[in-house]
Amino acid sequence: MAEPILSTRGLSRHFGPLKAVDGVSLDIREGSITGLIGPNGAGKSTLFNLLTGALKPTAGTVTLAGRDVTGLPPDRLFALGLGRTFQIPRPFARMSVLENVMLAPLAQTGERLAGPFLSPGRVRAEEAAIRARALEVLDFVTLAPLADHPAGKISGGQMKLLELARILMGDPKLILLDEPAAGVNPTLTRTLIGKIEELNRAGKTFVIIEHDMDFVMRHCDPVIALAEGRVIFQGTAAEARANPDLLDAYLGAPAGD
Amino acid sequence: MIGLISYLVFFATVASILAIAVLGLNLQWGNTGLFNGGVVAFFGAGAYGTLILGSPALEGQLGGFELAYPLALTGGMVAAALLAWAVGALTLRLRHDYLAIATFGVAVAFESLMRNAEWLAGGAKGIRGFERPLRAALGDGFLYNLAFLGFVLCLLVAVYLFLERLVGSPFGRLLRAIREDEDAARSLGKRPARVRLVAFVTGSAIMGLAGGLYASFYAFVSPQDILPVLTFQIWAMLIVGGAGNNRGAIMGTVLIWGAWTGSGWALSRFAPIEAQLYTGSIQFVMIGAVIVGMLLWRPQGLFPERLVVSQSGRSN
Repeated sequence: MAEPILSTRGLSRHFGPLKAVDGVSLDIREGSITGLIGPNGAGKSTLFNLLTGALKPTAGTVTLAGRDVTGLPPDRLFALGLGRTFQIPRPFARMSVLENVMLAPLAQTGERLAGPFLSPGRVRAEEAAIRARALEVLDFVTLAPLADHPAGKISGGQMKLLELARILMGDPKLILLDEPAAGVNPTLTRTLIGKIEELNRAGKTFVIIEHDMDFVMRHCDPVIALAEGRVIFQGTAAEARANPDLLDAYLGAPAGD
Repeated sequence: MIGLISYLVFFATVASILAIAVLGLNLQWGNTGLFNGGVVAFFGAGAYGTLILGSPALEGQLGGFELAYPLALTGGMVAAALLAWAVGALTLRLRHDYLAIATFGVAVAFESLMRNAEWLAGGAKGIRGFERPLRAALGDGFLYNLAFLGFVLCLLVAVYLFLERLVGSPFGRLLRAIREDEDAARSLGKRPARVRLVAFVTGSAIMGLAGGLYASFYAFVSPQDILPVLTFQIWAMLIVGGAGNNRGAIMGTVLIWGAWTGSGWALSRFAPIEAQLYTGSIQFVMIGAVIVGMLLWRPQGLFPERLVVSQSGRSN
């Protein structure tokens, strides 16, 4: 097996006496669409926040593409090839859809205070290139017709597509999606899944947190399950379906009763 | 007639100076979402800085540098920028209302310092700065005021063009993104803390320029010029005009400053004798009512922010 693109060892985050994430060690295989499931309060969101740098771990390490990234802030992780979306979409509401996407490229000359004044030609050239690429990406996620709309006025599902478009501008190797199907109508969910699978075939790795078991079983492989802050299962979707511990955790009743 | 015209010139000069300060606040609040509740501190730093750097030696207080006017004005801006940098480095981690409280406190402390530190800038007596620039050539009359208005208008246009260019650039896009959602901006590789500080310092330097112009126009500044009400007036101008819109900021300044001076005149003329003592307070109430009313019924202002798509990227 190739070296995992993302791995954790003994990753823990405690809030006082509560061990929200407790000694999680896992490997995300490069090129996979890994599903991360677990009942409410299992620690999924905390784990996600640890992986994306939003929270710092109490203990343990995170390795991204062979590099120790434990405790790095989100901006550094994005620069290192890790993109994320949010459970409740976070568009820049009073900016156009296109501007939302054009923001994302790193190290823009025009993002420095003096940039637009000292090197206007370079800024203009960069902007033209960024704009062209942004329109391409918007086209890919089917949002091109909405390019000039305020991002706060599009539907929740479209916002999830917009978040995907934004991170694609940074060309990340690994994309973490937080409940991409939650609150999205079936048509847009199908669009989103189609795009995820297309990107995956082009070599991008996905980690998807999802509540919807059906979604995970159908589209993710492998599946990792958390309960009470610990990994209780790692394996294929088919194995997950047959696993008694998993049913137990989800249904709250011992298997076989 | 000539009296009216010269009054209009005076009015336009003060309004243009204030418009520069409002543009500075618009960069901070309208574009970046930084709630600066202490505008007068930076306005005051520019005013005092300019007069101290430009004035001849004065008995018992700081001064005697006698810098040329443009240098003194620049020095005032630098003073405001330095104050903003120090305040910003300490407080920009605070969000919204907390930042407002902290900066308001800074402004009160600044006024208190100026009122009490006689060795610094004359304390409550204020500082009589240097003679108005080019007075020898232009005299003290109408011609001088007209020339000074021209100078202020040039600077207003320069600040406006600078800011329009800035907010239409990728830097402006970054400011708006941070205003809208700082965590999302961070997840896209941006560094909000640094960008917020740059915007705060730049906006404050612009307020400092306004302060320097104000002080050199009157050739005098005292703690009475940097009372908290000025902060609220400047806020009212921005909110009425339209936060996020530079043209709106300028229009709002003219409207509010017109309403302020007009109401002052009307009250002094028509209010009953017993109420005359309180006209100042009535005006304070009116400014407060305008801010609250505007936020309730038209929070986007008379000239709302336009949805920008970075202009330099617009296809040709």
